[in-house]
Amino acid sequence: MTINRKENNGAYIYEIEGRIDTLTAPELEADIKGVADKAESLLLDFAKVEYISSAGLRVLLFAHKAMSKKGGLKLVNVGEDIMEIFEVTGFSDILSIE
Amino acid sequence: MEKIEITAATDKLGEVTEFIDAQLEAADCSMKAQMQIDLAVEEIFVNIANYAYAPNVGMALISVDVDEQRRAFITFEDSGVPYDPLAKEDPDITLSAKERQVGGLGIFMVKKTMDDMLYEYRDGKNVLTLVKKI
Repeated sequence: MTINRKENNGAYIYEIEGRIDTLTAPELEADIKGVADKAESLLLDFAKVEYISSAGLRVLLFAHKAMSKKGGLKLVNVGEDIMEIFEVTGFSDILSIE
Repeated sequence: MEKIEITAATDKLGEVTEFIDAQLEAADCSMKAQMQIDLAVEEIFVNIANYAYAPNVGMALISVDVDEQRRAFITFEDSGVPYDPLAKEDPDITLSAKERQVGGLGIFMVKKTMDDMLYEYRDGKNVLTLVKKI
């Protein structure tokens, strides 16, 4: 997994590439934790995410909660296979996905 | 049937996934089924790594077989504490994020994406088999 992070006036954009699994999810979580306090909003671009496991879902839930009192967490460019994972777990109802 | 015996530790997940993917690719598995199987394998293997032998470390035996009807059978064996993941109650996925506990979600995802899941405790071993049409 590689993370490409951009910031503009407190709006953080993450372009994530590869697999968000048990091994890589902690890195993403640590990165988001590092900016959650100062971030006004968080946008995750999933265009290049190939795979997500429950370890990755935990990070999304954490990010969603951390941003819920601010500009919120938004996911964009979610592929079909990942979308199906969000649907079977009920995450598609919780997360803001465009 | 191909198999590997490997230390049940989360840092071995990469090796496990590589082994599984190699078998599935050799069988011309669809991308979607492969992703779902990878997901299921991760959830099961990480469970074994975290709980089967805790606080000690033990081994896991993982095998892959594809039958004539193109069903993949992925079997995990460990000699840890008896644990039937199928006996666990499903999480309530209708709850809001605030009320949500993420525990139990992994096994739930496996149940939802695999065609079948079989568990037995045999000869002092947990034997869990995932079945998925590829």
